[in-house]
Amino acid sequence: MAYNTPADLRYSKTHEWVRQEGDEVVIGITDYAQHALGDVVYIELPAVGSTITAGEPFGVVESVKASSDLYAPLSGEVVAVNTDLESDQAPINNDPYGAGWMLRVRPSGASEELLDAAAYAAFVAEIEQ
Amino acid sequence: MNNEELPIFTYSQPGKIGVNLPDASVETTPLPADLLRQDDLAGLPELTEPEVIRHFTRISQRNYSIDTGFYPLGSCTMKYNPKLHEEAARLPGFAAAHPLQDEALSQGALQLMYELQRDLAEISGFDAVSLQPAAGAQGELTGILVFRAYHRDRGDTQRTEVLVPDSAHGTNPATAAMVGLKVVELKSDARGNVDLEDLKAKLSPRTAGMMLTNPNTLGLFEEHIVEICRLVHEAGGLMYGDGANFNAILGIAKPGELGFDFMHYNLHKTFTTPHGGGGPGSGAVGCTAALAPYLPGPRVRQREDGRYEFFTPEKSIGRMKAFHGNFGMLVRAWTYIRSMGAAGLRKVSETAVLNANYVRVMLKDIYPQAVDRICMHEVVLRGQIAGAPKDVRALDIAKRLIDYGFHPPTIYFPLIVPEALMIEPTETESKQTLDRFIATMRQIAGEAIETPEVLHAAPTKAPVRRLDEVRAARQPILRYDAAAISRLQSES
Repeated sequence: MAYNTPADLRYSKTHEWVRQEGDEVVIGITDYAQHALGDVVYIELPAVGSTITAGEPFGVVESVKASSDLYAPLSGEVVAVNTDLESDQAPINNDPYGAGWMLRVRPSGASEELLDAAAYAAFVAEIEQ
Repeated sequence: MNNEELPIFTYSQPGKIGVNLPDASVETTPLPADLLRQDDLAGLPELTEPEVIRHFTRISQRNYSIDTGFYPLGSCTMKYNPKLHEEAARLPGFAAAHPLQDEALSQGALQLMYELQRDLAEISGFDAVSLQPAAGAQGELTGILVFRAYHRDRGDTQRTEVLVPDSAHGTNPATAAMVGLKVVELKSDARGNVDLEDLKAKLSPRTAGMMLTNPNTLGLFEEHIVEICRLVHEAGGLMYGDGANFNAILGIAKPGELGFDFMHYNLHKTFTTPHGGGGPGSGAVGCTAALAPYLPGPRVRQREDGRYEFFTPEKSIGRMKAFHGNFGMLVRAWTYIRSMGAAGLRKVSETAVLNANYVRVMLKDIYPQAVDRICMHEVVLRGQIAGAPKDVRALDIAKRLIDYGFHPPTIYFPLIVPEALMIEPTETESKQTLDRFIATMRQIAGEAIETPEVLHAAPTKAPVRRLDEVRAARQPILRYDAAAISRLQSES
């Protein structure tokens, strides 16, 4: 099955995406992730001003099927949180790369291994096998 | 026929009453205004006694239970609960005993607890048992609190990590987190075992212990269990055994001898006490002599004069529950062990494993097995039928089973198996029942290919059609709300 993997983003192997915007990055979960989870019904995100650590959980996303940790693709300080998702989680499924964004972070250096779109698409294809 | 059963409030009519209270023999005083409810709820519903009885009886008749049909809900061990146990639990000496009555007046109850502690220890290969925990997850919490107390008592405060395989029940990582320890996830290998290389890489002086279910949630016996226990012990950690799947190894393998240090027993699964709405759980725990001083109390011991008494271990982590656990469940489990006997318990596991493998072999050509191995007491298949449209999912297959009168298997668990169908037939089902289930599963696979819309629409023969689970979770209505109910009715 083909999933949307925009070329201008970088991806973690735990299915989060990262978009560079100036000095900051925006983070969300991928189209593959939302598809695998099914309809998201609850989300827990960190507070503005807290720090996230590359490879460590930064929140929880719950669907009708399962509850899963969200993993930080990189370390940094949280400068904004998409609080709209607390009351309406549908954008995580309908628009994972747009209105479904989760965090805006000022990176502090450390990062997980991030893939480009082609490498991530190949990684997903391998999982689907 | 209108099948709909509305909330009890909708049957209310002002002035109807079900009970005539006697006249008050003392002067009455109205409640102070600040104690009266100030919200929009217009009091309690007003109904006659027969209306109340009929309402709840009608709802109860919608229930699906092990007494009404086959219930292959994987990981839950929905085996038949023998009625003999109910008779034992209702004996006045047990049912009418007060938890605060004197030990001297409770010798029968104490003897039963003592013998159950001893029997569970024997069956699992452990030295000590506490019957306190109320259910499996509380048994887990007990175990990890004991691990923490043990390490602290040795002055070892660096052990802050608990290893948990990615196939584990969600309660395992939740337990570790609740005790304030860090969860480290372990990968599974291609045969469904814990990946030994990943385990070696993640063991360290920070390892407090590992939580493992064996057989695991794929229904597979952990092939390297002895090696896993050895590695964890060499690193200074302790082994926690999640007893959720103990039903598969009774009288065959003892967790204490495999190398576990602590385990919980789901008396409500393995030892047939009713559960799933039919009664409370019971998560008794067993452990090695080294951990026994930390167990929660009170436990029961026999004095030299033959009488029984409660005691609390010297370094006990304290109580886990008021009084003496879910005592009625202890009576049922004791009755089960006595009526089965040692040979009977072994037969339980042999038959549970045989039944699961029969279902596995009869279905795996159309529902691929998650890991192609002989299974234990349950089998995990994938709801991905060759030739059926991709949008036919495990959920659709499960809903269609309801139309045929079966409780669906567990779906989408374990998380590492896409479209998982986790089937646990248990030992109490006849071959005829299994054959009927197998034939139905094969028929549904045919429907998935030829008439997939039937699966998407299912269930159509149940009292309610497919529920909008997403909307129910996103916009839950958690109490009676007349406006919301009439809005929903006008939509449907």
